[in-house]
Formats: sequence, structure tokens, C-alpha cells
Amino acid sequence: MANIQEKIAELFPAATVGNDNSGIVQITVADEQWHEMAKTLRDDPDTSMDYLVTIVGMDWVDKLGCIYYLMSTKHNTMCSVRVTAPDRDKPYMHSVSDLWRIAEIYEREVYDFYGIIFINNPDMRRLFLNIDWVGYPLRKDYDEDPSINPVSIENERQTDLTSVYKEENGKVVKTEREIFHKDDFVVNIGPQHPATHGVLRFRTAVDGETIKKIDVYMGYIHRGVEKLCESLQYPQTLHFLDRLDYFSGQIYHHGLCLLYEKALDIQVSRRAQVIRVMMDELSRIASHCLFIGTYCMDLGATTMLFYTLRVREQILDIFEKSCGARMTFNYACIGGVMQDIAPDFADDVRALLAILPKNIKEYNKIFTGNVIAKNRMEGVGTLSREDAISYAITGPSGRASGWACDMRKLQPYSIYGELDFDEVVREEGDSMARFKVRMDEMEQSARILSQLVDNIPDGEYCVKVPKVVKLPKGQWFQLVEGCRGAFGVYVESDGSTKPFRLKIAPPCLPLAAVVDHITQGSKIADLITIGGSLDYIVPDMDR
Amino acid sequence: MEVTTKSMPYEAWKDNEYIEGLVKELQESGTNVIVGSFDKLINWGRSNSLWPLTFATSCCGIEFVSLGAARFDMARFGWEVARASPRQADFMMVAGTIVNRMVPVFRRLYDQLAEPKYVIACGSCAISGGPFRKSYHVAKGIEDIVPVDVFVPGCPPRPEAMIYGIMQLSRKIKVEKFFGGVNRQESREEFLAKHPIPTDGE
Repeated sequence: MANIQEKIAELFPAATVGNDNSGIVQITVADEQWHEMAKTLRDDPDTSMDYLVTIVGMDWVDKLGCIYYLMSTKHNTMCSVRVTAPDRDKPYMHSVSDLWRIAEIYEREVYDFYGIIFINNPDMRRLFLNIDWVGYPLRKDYDEDPSINPVSIENERQTDLTSVYKEENGKVVKTEREIFHKDDFVVNIGPQHPATHGVLRFRTAVDGETIKKIDVYMGYIHRGVEKLCESLQYPQTLHFLDRLDYFSGQIYHHGLCLLYEKALDIQVSRRAQVIRVMMDELSRIASHCLFIGTYCMDLGATTMLFYTLRVREQILDIFEKSCGARMTFNYACIGGVMQDIAPDFADDVRALLAILPKNIKEYNKIFTGNVIAKNRMEGVGTLSREDAISYAITGPSGRASGWACDMRKLQPYSIYGELDFDEVVREEGDSMARFKVRMDEMEQSARILSQLVDNIPDGEYCVKVPKVVKLPKGQWFQLVEGCRGAFGVYVESDGSTKPFRLKIAPPCLPLAAVVDHITQGSKIADLITIGGSLDYIVPDMDR
Repeated sequence: MEVTTKSMPYEAWKDNEYIEGLVKELQESGTNVIVGSFDKLINWGRSNSLWPLTFATSCCGIEFVSLGAARFDMARFGWEVARASPRQADFMMVAGTIVNRMVPVFRRLYDQLAEPKYVIACGSCAISGGPFRKSYHVAKGIEDIVPVDVFVPGCPPRPEAMIYGIMQLSRKIKVEKFFGGVNRQESREEFLAKHPIPTDGE
């Protein structure tokens, strides 16, 4: 760790280096030096920060800025960089989209929420809100009066132009650029389409049946969770996380609880930790089951859905007995879990573990070896390891490209450090690999469950926490492994009962951003295969 | 007249007053025997083959998938022909939050449904905005956008609740006046006067 601090102090004496409250190195730098520093951080072999975890847009009332969370896949270290825009009225910053591909869409998100314009970003459009939206919703002085931005049944205005800002002789010049080529034939897929897995829209430029370019349109389920959280107390903010990626609800809850517990310095009992991890792994199996079912259905094998949902329903029954709900559990809470597990929880899990290997074998027999499935999936939508890192594709999709990015192994949280399981990594990077990784991960999750099911310790399921939760002043960041990838959450507190800023870094936004890159040159039928294999959840990317 | 289905006693239903009101209205308006009998026959068919439009934006949509699978098996009731196109659907199961950007799309889908058409608001987001009601980018209930026939509360509603909701809809269909009623034949001009085509805003 000292490496980064020394390096930065040596090369950029103007920057200040410290630590944030979760122990991550934090560098503060002026915007003029930021691009140069980013290049150093990424390319220098001592730091090699090649994975951009997230960009947190910030409004510190007097100034706007961003916090970049970076991670090194080589050294497994993290650092964060705070950059402020020099002028609040004309907030310009320098883009890093030439260094990390994913930065392009992250910067669009920051522009949408805060109005910070990134110089040299090739596509400076709004991301979630329509182009006529007045104001930047996550700014502290945003006017929420519904009459300014009314709900309208009129179609939103659309344009094929995007803005690019360039610096010329110290002045920022805006130029317009066409998204598609003049002669492109553009087909609209979505938002109401069964194969987009939710309300996502692809504007697809095709040449015959070959895809030339895809413009991903989001925001059809953008619910403004981050802004809502700023007006809620800390325990209340937890409840939104079930409704983002509704399959990883348990895991997202777990992640935010870990962050709050770290901030409040609460030690969770061993029993609660074991319960949480078991719930996480159960939901991972349930999520992958539904993935396999719907993915096979997209490819025409409808029967698989009924086979996989059988296991999923069994897991939902286990959840229901303990949490009282089938989907939105609200189970993990600050200090432990909401209520104790049901008396026959362990028996139910044992029963599940007994039938699971048989079921996985059955799925493989029906689908994996099928000639049609092989032809449609093998070699389709290949993503290289470098691109996976540059596009921040984590989770099973990243691991299918050979990038060992499992946060349970890289940054073991809770009791994952002492558990015995393998990280499933494949080298092919195609749709088949992404499918197989999930298949194998179900086995690994079952392995974790079998280690814990007989060893649920006695003790309290929730420790005492203060009635009014107040986080001390500071910033925290926590990464956990969701069903679809690394889920990051950032909280900045000003010492009150409500978060000053709560940023959710979902794994699904990069998954949608990579669709354009990964489908180029494939046939339009393969778009369904590729999109299905990435397994994005639209409410998760839109928040 | 007791409006019910084969397997369910009349007392087990909730909101019976509403159905009784519909029956009363029907009786008062008066229909001749032949048309009334045809109405009954057609409504028997219609109420047992409701085809939904799969319109899922978020969590409730996953419960709708469970509803279609073997355990809850909506095929028992004749609802299994879920269509991705509004042209072939009878009703729209609005499962999930409707946000500002989605509203014009949602409205267009509703307009594309063939008459007679019905809407079920499924889950608290569709009913009132739910937990996201205070957000800057969420429509506060779909009732302001389209007329709603049945509300199914829950976050998300259990599949059983969805079954009950659709059964209520099919019960409602049983007491509708079909000839000269819901199958009214509008001329193109009349229809356009009521449903103006939204402009592209360009």
C-alpha cells in the first residue's frame, strides 16, 4: 500500500494522500492533473489500477466533483481519487473514457445527475432522463416540484445527435456528432420486448442481418433510489436494495449492512454471519436457476424454465419460512438479521442439497450438450479478458472471460475467508462459458451451504444497536459479490441520521454498456443469445 | 344473481357489493332475451380465456413468471397465452413501477390493445408509486394514465394474490353487456377523437 502513496507523493506533489474511513487510500487532486495521474495509476506496473469500480458524482454544496474508485487486478489493491470541478456554475472536468472504456457510461451518469460536463467524452448525452429534463436531480439545490418535469403521455423528444466537448486554446468548445451513420438502417428493439429481460431499449444499426452498432437506451425504470435515500434514515435506506436486483436482495442488504456496521463499529454475532452467508448462497442458487430457465427460454427451450423454477420455488419456500416473503425479504438489518431462522431451516436446506446435484445433472443432460444449444452459444459474443476489465464486467460474465474477479475471494467479507470453495473461472469468454460458469457456481454455492448447514452456532441473531442510527462523519465503501457481479456501495455521512450521499454501484450497468462492443459484427439473432448470457437486470442498472 | 366461478363459493369472494352493483346496472338497463343469452355465452368464453400482455418492468414481473410456471400454473384458468404483443392480448398486467420515461410507451401499448381491454394494476408501485412515490421520476399510480379494472396490492403480490386478482377480472367480465356494450363499434373518426395520436414532439 505504501507503494501508491510514495509514488503519488513523488510524481504529483500537489496531490494529498490519505485514507478514507474504510481504510482505502484516498488521493485528492486538482482536475488539471487528474488525467495524467489516471494514466500513471493505470499504466505504472507498481500501481496498475486497471479496473474502474465506479465514479461517484458528488455535490459538496459549495462545489461539484467526483470520486473515482479504482482497483488493481494484479495487486488486488484499491484506491480512490477525489477530483473537484473548478467552477460550480460551469462544471467542466476531464474525461478518462480513453483509459477505461466503462468510464464513458459512468461519466454520462454523472452528467445526468450532476450536470458535470466531461471534456473529451465522445458521447455526452443524458443517460436515464430525457433530453428536455430541467435540472440535475442529485444536486442539493434541485427543485423537485413536479410541475417543472411533469408526467406526460406525449412521446419524449429524441435526437440522433450527441455532444462532444473539446478543449481548444484554453476554451471549451461544444461540437455535435451523429450517433449513427447517415445511411445506417436502425431497428428499434425494446423497451417492450420479451428478450431484453426488462425494459431496456436497443437502437440497433444493421447491415442486412449483421449488427453494426447498438445504442443502449436506459431509464425506462429509473426510480431515483439514490436521491430517495438522502431523505431517509439509515435503516430505511436498506429496503430499496431488495428492489434493485431483486434476485440479489439478500446480498445487497448484506453489503450495505456490512458498511453501516463498519461505520458504527458493531460486531455481529457468529450466528447472524452464518445465517447471512447461507441466505446469500441460497439466493445465488435461486438466481442462477432463474437465469438458466429464462436464458434457455430465450433460445427456444421453454421446458427448461419449468425444471429450473422447481428448484427456485423450493428455495423461495425456505426464504419464506424465515423471512416471511418470497422476494423482497428485508432480512439482513444493522446488527444481524431481522428475525431468527425458522426451526426447520437446516432440514430444508439439507433436503435442497440432497436434490440439487441430481437437478444440475438433469439440466446438463437436457440442455448443455444439445447440438442446437452448442451451435447458438459457442463462440458467440466473445469477450476478451482485457475488455472485460476495461468494461468492468464482473461476476460470472467476467469470470467466463478469464478474470478472477470474485469479491468473496479478493476481498473476503463476513466469514467467506474461512470457507472452502473454488472460484469458477473459464477462459473462452463466449456465451457458452458464461452459461457454464453459472452452472458450476451453483455447485460451489451448494458446497458452501453444506459446510455451514450443520454448523449454525447458537447465539443471538441480532445484537443491540442504538435506536437512532447516526453515522460519524466520513466516507465508506463496501464491495460484495452479488449474483451478477461486484456490487459496490458508497456512503458519505455528515454526522446526521440521514446519508449525505449514498451511491450504488450496480454490476448490471457495465453489462449493458458492453452490449455494443460485444455484438459488433454478429447476427441480429445473436443479440438475444448475448444479451441473455450477460444476464442483466434492468432495475439494477437504472436504479 | 350470484356471480362466481365453479370452484369458489360466493361468500369467499371479497368486494361482492361491486359485482352486485354491476348486476343491478345490467338488469336495469334491460336486454332482450336473445341478446342476453348470447351475451352470457360469449362472456362465458371470454372470462375463461383471458390472454395477458406480458408487461413487466420490475420485481412483480418475476412473480408473474412464477405464476406461469408449474407450481402456480395459470394455465388452469386459461390465462397461459401470455403475449408479448398488445394486438393479441385481452388485458394488461402492469407489473412494476411506471416511471416518467415509460409513461408514453405504456400509454401507447394500452392504446394498441384491442377492445374490449382491461388493466390490472399489480403491486404497490403500479397502484400508487409504492416505496418510490416521493421520487422525482416515478408516476404516482397508473390510474392517472389509463383506467384500471383491478388493483392487486403487495410488494410484490404473491402469485396467489395475482390469481385472485385475475379471477376478479374474469368475474367482472361475466356480467358485462357485450353486444352493444363493450364491443361497441366505433368509427375511425370517433376513435381518434377520443384517443388522439400523440405527436412526436419534433
